[in-house]
Order: sequence, then structure tokens, then C-alpha cells
Amino acid sequence: MSKKTDALRRFSGWVNGETAGHAAVRREAARIEHKKLLPELDEQQRIRLFSWQYKLVALVVCLTVVAVLLYTVFHLPLFGDPENPAVNEVVQRYVEDGLEETGAVNMVAGMILDYRAFDTFGESSVLFLAVTSVMMLLLRDARNIVRDEDVQEEHERVIERQTSDIILQKVTSLVMPCIMMFGAYVVLNGHISPGGGFSGGAVMGAGLILLGASFGIDKVRAFFTMKTFRRITSTALLCYAASKAYSFFTGANGLETGIPLGTPGAIFSSGLILVLDICVGLVVACTMYGFYVLFSRGEI
Amino acid sequence: MDLHAFLTKAVSLRFEIAAVILFGIGFMNLMLRHNLIKKIVAFNVMDSSVFLFLASQGYIDGRIAPIAREGIVGAEHYVNPIPAGLVLTGIVVSVSVSAFFLALVQRLYKHYHTVDFDEIMIMAKKKVD
Amino acid sequence: MLPIYQNIPFVCIFLCMVCGITMPLQKNGRTALWTAVAACLTVSLLCCCLTLILYTGEESFVYQMGHFPAPWGNELYVGPLEAMLGMTFSAVMALSLLGGRRTLMEDVLPPKQPFYFTMMCMIMASLLALSFTNDVFTGYVFIEISTLAACAIVMARDTEKTIAATIRYLVISLLGSGLFLIGLAMLYCITGHLLMPQLRQKVFMLLVMNRYRVPFTVVVGLLTIGMGIKSAMFPFYAWLPQAHGGATTSSSAVLSGLVLKGYIVFLLRIFYRVFTIQEIRALNITNVMFAFGVAGMMVGSLMAIREEHIKRMLAYSSIAQIGYIFMGLGLGTDGGVQAAVFQIMVHAVTKPLLFLCAGRLSEIRGHEKSLYRLRGAARQDKLAGIGFTLGGLSMIGIPLLGGFAAKAFFAAGALTMGVKMWVALLALAASSVLNALYYIPAILALWSRGEQDPSPAAPDRGFMTSASALMAGVLALGTMAGPVIAVIRMGLSML
Repeated sequence: MSKKTDALRRFSGWVNGETAGHAAVRREAARIEHKKLLPELDEQQRIRLFSWQYKLVALVVCLTVVAVLLYTVFHLPLFGDPENPAVNEVVQRYVEDGLEETGAVNMVAGMILDYRAFDTFGESSVLFLAVTSVMMLLLRDARNIVRDEDVQEEHERVIERQTSDIILQKVTSLVMPCIMMFGAYVVLNGHISPGGGFSGGAVMGAGLILLGASFGIDKVRAFFTMKTFRRITSTALLCYAASKAYSFFTGANGLETGIPLGTPGAIFSSGLILVLDICVGLVVACTMYGFYVLFSRGEI
Repeated sequence: MDLHAFLTKAVSLRFEIAAVILFGIGFMNLMLRHNLIKKIVAFNVMDSSVFLFLASQGYIDGRIAPIAREGIVGAEHYVNPIPAGLVLTGIVVSVSVSAFFLALVQRLYKHYHTVDFDEIMIMAKKKVD
Repeated sequence: MLPIYQNIPFVCIFLCMVCGITMPLQKNGRTALWTAVAACLTVSLLCCCLTLILYTGEESFVYQMGHFPAPWGNELYVGPLEAMLGMTFSAVMALSLLGGRRTLMEDVLPPKQPFYFTMMCMIMASLLALSFTNDVFTGYVFIEISTLAACAIVMARDTEKTIAATIRYLVISLLGSGLFLIGLAMLYCITGHLLMPQLRQKVFMLLVMNRYRVPFTVVVGLLTIGMGIKSAMFPFYAWLPQAHGGATTSSSAVLSGLVLKGYIVFLLRIFYRVFTIQEIRALNITNVMFAFGVAGMMVGSLMAIREEHIKRMLAYSSIAQIGYIFMGLGLGTDGGVQAAVFQIMVHAVTKPLLFLCAGRLSEIRGHEKSLYRLRGAARQDKLAGIGFTLGGLSMIGIPLLGGFAAKAFFAAGALTMGVKMWVALLALAASSVLNALYYIPAILALWSRGEQDPSPAAPDRGFMTSASALMAGVLALGTMAGPVIAVIRMGLSML
């Protein structure tokens, strides 16, 4: 009976990923050592007492906010009502004239990449800022490496190389081209069908992450290094900035852009929207993969 | 307002009410939880609730999605596309902030081996600046 | 074709954003620093020209961002006030980067220095966008840019304490953003517009027809509280001392002097251009801001008196000065709002001066931060000592300096308001005394004579340039307050 529970415990440990025994033991030891640094019980008690008052105040504040918002919601316009204040001349122009003015069949794409393109520029910059700040935090350098972390990293890398997961790798080599093609399709068709730079970029990023997870990050690093990453993100955003600067400048000054809108429904239509979709798609794909590899490895 | 009218209105406003309740849940947990990972999850719940609220503003009964179709012309056939665009922007911002927050938590975990914010503040106070 | 000067706001915003985007491609921190400083100085120069043109021409203009006018496309709205604020903010940022560069190059590791300057350029872009935008959703996007970049520059120093302080700052900031976003969503729900001129028309119609009163009041409250949380209004200041006190010198200067002001400027513009300031006063939002402002003034100064750590003392002092701004907004008179905007400019120039001098003095003494160990440090670098003294005297309210002019305008704005006048004047008096109680001992400690004569420290030309320029700014605001307040008055009347 004890043998069965022992085997069961080991099996559940393997399912939960507690394989590499040495690393787990070391982490546990470090955790115990850090628990000792916590102060004696009375100081902890003092802090818990203060936080009891803080919790009460915070609870009261939250409940007030929720109550006020619920009361407000009952005074809002009805859901799905065509007489809503939100349905006005703005919506009318986007829907009726959007096709001829922007050339995009997908009205949402036309809206975010042509009518309200400045917001989207800000949003792409937020993504760029996020990946830059994650790089500032997690890129390995002299300050954020803990004692025997590089030994641990080397250990994990050796394990990764040895235990190649056959099923995962075979399936990935079949599915990965389809994923990248689908992602590219979603990006390029952003102005014709539902999709666009953000969703297509996320799909491509997910494909890269799958490649990194199944074959190991070293395989991806063969074609996607830190230099590639920096160049692609900065160039794509610069291209976006240049297109939008040209568009804003000509628009504000009343000049013609000189960019043809093409026939609606074709891929090469809607002027600059295709270019912007591609730029955004590249930035999002690189960013998604960048997040994954920075969190797991600390370097791109 | 009698009970029947009140309930009908509540049912018709179901998305907004759900959004506000989720907002409250997210807000409360963001303020009160000690565990940093749970704070991040709470922030995501809070932001998602605002997106639900915004997206529900766009829907109009009986109309189709805002992709122009052959033969169907005129604003009275399509749903309002503006909230969809606003939600798109909001989702990207939410993802970016979550990633940044998680990176901060990972750095702190590497050093302190705990994700409890109270314990981290106590241990951080003991160190010299 | 528009007149050339009307393209200036667009050029400024895009210059800063493009600089930020290309920073990671720079070779090292040095080139990144000079690019950032050059960009900020260019923006400052352009905005200076724009201010002069707009003030002498008494005009303000709308700049269409794209081929479609409002309400279908984005727009910028620029008047003399926005141009002057843009000029001040960019000049202060360039000087802060220049003055704190030596500590910066030690605090941030070389591979990550270009990223730091990306964040700074993005903060500059977001400050300009928040001052110039005519659209509330664009404002939200740039608020998020500002939040992320500000958190990033706090944790640039890469110690565990700063990372813990960053998390606290980020959590509280996100609460503010969440409240602001849901307020924005409700505003869109009841009006259907996102551009400010159309919002104002719709709001006027709603008030006349008396529809959606409850959501309208709640929206105003949510927007105010959201922005108040992010700019350290009274009950929400707990995150500020550790974040500003622990960061590197340039970061503290930019955070205290500029980032907090961006949110207040945006809130002010929303009050004037969407809700009309008369409606805000009718809703008694101004009374709430007045109460919180006065409370902030007292609490900030009281907590600064107990601080030994020089940078945290300056951070608590920032809370008090932000309290002044909210008190001015809450007075309910035009004079009060003008005084608040003047205080924004004065604090934007004085606080970075104080932080830069404190950073320099601390650097000479081997990065010691407590006032006890910095005794006599001013004798080793006289310019830093004089700068700190000047900044401190300005905070206390000595004539000839900017702080005195700001307090005089506050008092003038309060004179006709009855009960509020008594409270405001009392608060100004008490706060001046409290400021003196911690600045004078600090100044005396820095200039105290020790047993041996300390040797003068190696000169830092970047610091000398910035400190002199900022001191000149403080003196200019103190002596030439007349033209500045005239520009503010004209700008506010056009909003």
C-alpha cells in the first residue's frame, strides 16, 4: 500500500513538472533560508494589525465604488437600443463613407488605422515600451544574476537538449508553417476581413513561441537574435511613424497624399492601411516572442 | 419603478451590470491581496470588465458586424464599430502593463523567493539604501 | 497650406516619439543622452517661438491629425498656454537629463542606458500629447504611455528597494487608470463622442434637457479621482516618497517636476473644454479638491520635517506643493486657477533644481543620503549649495523667487471667497512656516563648517549648466511673473 502511494506521489510529481531534483532541492533550501530573514513574531503581528485597519478602509471604499457604479448603470441608456446617444453622425460616416474614404472593407480597421490613427500609434508605442522595460528588468547583466544561477541555467540547458520530446517536435514541424502562414494571412487581410495587425501578429508570435518551446530557444536564435529583434521592432515602428507623419502632415495642410486607394476587396488596396498592418503585425509578433524568451531565459 | 419593470431593465442591462460587478471584484482584489500574482490577475479582471462595458455599448439589436457586405449599404444595418476599436487599444495596453508587472514580480521573486508583497516590503526595509 | 508655425505641435510630438523609438539602436549611453537632450532642446525652442506667435496674435488653433476633421478624426488644440507649458516641460527635461548624467551613468548599466533614454523621450512625448490633445481617448492612451515609462525610470536603478517601490507605484497608478477608463466609457455611453468640442456641445444639451444627471456626476467624479490618484492628491500619496526618493537623480527630477503635472494639466483641460468650469464649480467638485489640497499641504510638510533622507524629504515636499495646485484649482475663481497653473510652472523648475543639487552633493560625499552625513557638502561644490539654497528659499516663499510669486497669486485668488479665503490664507501661512522648518535646517546643515576644510570636488560641467539655467528660471519666474501670468490668463480664457 505504501509502495502504491509512493509511486502515486512520484507520478503526480512528474505530472506537475517537479523533475530536476537538484534544482528543486536547492530552491527549497534558498526559500527556507529567506524565511529566516523575516523578523520575529511581534513585529509581524504589528504589521498585520495595521493592515487589518487598511483592509477595512479598502473594503468600504471598494463597496462604495461598486454601489455607486451599480446605481449609475441603471440610469444609462438601454443595451442594444438604436436610439442610443452613441449612434450618431460619427458612426454614420464611418459605416457609410468608410469604404470610399479609406478603401477598407473592414470598418473597424478603417477606423483605427485611418480615421483615428494617432491612437493606434500611441498603442503600438505602449507595446514597444513594455518590451523595452521588460528588457531593462530581465536582460541578464551583472546586477540581476543571483549566486549560482548560471550553473542552474547551464543545467537546464543540458536537460533541454537531452530530453527532446518527439511528439511535440513532430507535430510542431507539421503545424508551424501553417501557423505562420495563417498569421501572415490574417495580417495581410486585415482590411478585407476580420483580423488585422494585432491579431495576426499575435498568431505569428504564438508560432514562434511554439517553435522555441519544442525545439529549444537555441534553434530559434539561429534566425532570430537580439539584433534582428531590435532592428525589426524599431524599423517597423519607424515605418509606421513615417507613414503616419506623412498622412497627418498632408491631411492637416490640406494636401493630397498621392497614394491610390485601389479597388475595395483586393489585397493591395486601402492605401497605407496595408503597410501599417504589416508594421503592427511585425511589432506584435516580435514582442510576444520577446516576452516569452525574456521571462524564461533572460536573453533574446 | 415597480419590481417587474426593474427586473426587465436589469435583464436588459445585464452586460453593464456584469461589467460593474467584475470591476468591483478586480478593484478589491488589486487593493487587498498580498500575493502579487493574484494582484496581476485582479488587474486583468478589472480591465476586462471595462472592455466588456465598452464593447456592450456598440451592439445594436438586429444588426450585423461592421464588415461591409455586397448590397447592404447604410448605417442602419451595421453595428457601431467605434467601441470595437477602443477595446482593441485597451486590450493591447492591458497586455503591455501585465507583462511589465510580471517582469517586476519575477525580479523580486528571484531575489526574495516569495511573491507575498508584505514580506517583500519587510525584507526590503531591512536593507540599507 | 497651413502657416508653418501651426505644424509645430505635431512636429514636436513626432520628434520625441521617433527619438524614443530609435534609441535602442544607438551604440552607447553617451550618444543616446545627447540625442535626447538635443531633441528636448529643439522642442523647447520650437514651443517658445510658438508661444510668442500665439500670444502676440492672440489666437489658438486646431490641427487636424489626418484627412478628416473632428468628430471623425483626431485633432490637436493649441493655445498660448499649452505652448508655454510645452516649452517649460521640455526645457526642464533636457536640463534634468544633463545635470544628473554622471549619477545616471553609474546607476544604470551601459547596455541598458539607451532604454532609459527611450523612456525619457516617451515621457516627453506623452507630456506634450496630454497638453495638446483635443480627444479624451488619445489622452488615455498617452496616460498609459506615461505610466509605463515613469515606472520604468523609477526602477532603472535596479536595486530591490526600487523595484518594490515601482510595484507599489504601478498598483496605485493602475487603480487610477482603471477608474479613469470606466469614467471615459460611461462618458462615451451617454454622449457618443470622444472629441472635446463635440463632447462639450453634448454635455450642454444633456444639462439643458436634464437627462442622465446621475451618470454625468459620477463620470466627473471618476475622472477627477482617477487623475487625482495618479498625481498624488491628498489621500493617494503613499507611493510617492519611496518611488521618488529611491530613484536616480534625473528620474526623481523628471517624476516630481514633470510627470505629475502632465496629469493635472490634462484634467484641467478636460474641466475647461468638456465640462465647462462653471459646471464643475456647480457640482462642488472644487470644494472637494480644495479640502484635499489643503490637507495635502499640511500632511506633506509635516512628514517632510521628520525625514533625514534628503531625497525623501524633497519627495514629501512635492506632495505639499501638489497640494497647493489642488487648493488653487479648488478655490473656485479664475485667479485661483491661474495661480495653480503658475505654481505648476514654478514647481516644474524648482523641484528638479533641488533634486539635481541634492544628487550632486550626495555624489560628492560618496552617495550618502542622510543630512547628517552631508554636513558641509555645500562647501565642496558651491554651485550645488547655492542652487539648493535658492530652491529651498523659493519653496518657503522669499520674494524675488518663483515660489513667492505663486503664493502671492494664490492669496490674490482667494481674497473674495469668504470662508475659503480664511482657510486658504491660513493654510498658506502655516505651510510656509512648515516649509521653513525643514528647508532651513537642511540648508544650514549643508553649509555648516566642519573641523577641517574639505577639498573642492571635481567639476561636473553638465551639472553646472543645468543648475545655473534652472536657477535663472526660478529667478525669472519670480521677477517677471507679469508676462507669464498674462499668457496664462489668455490661454485659460481661450480654452
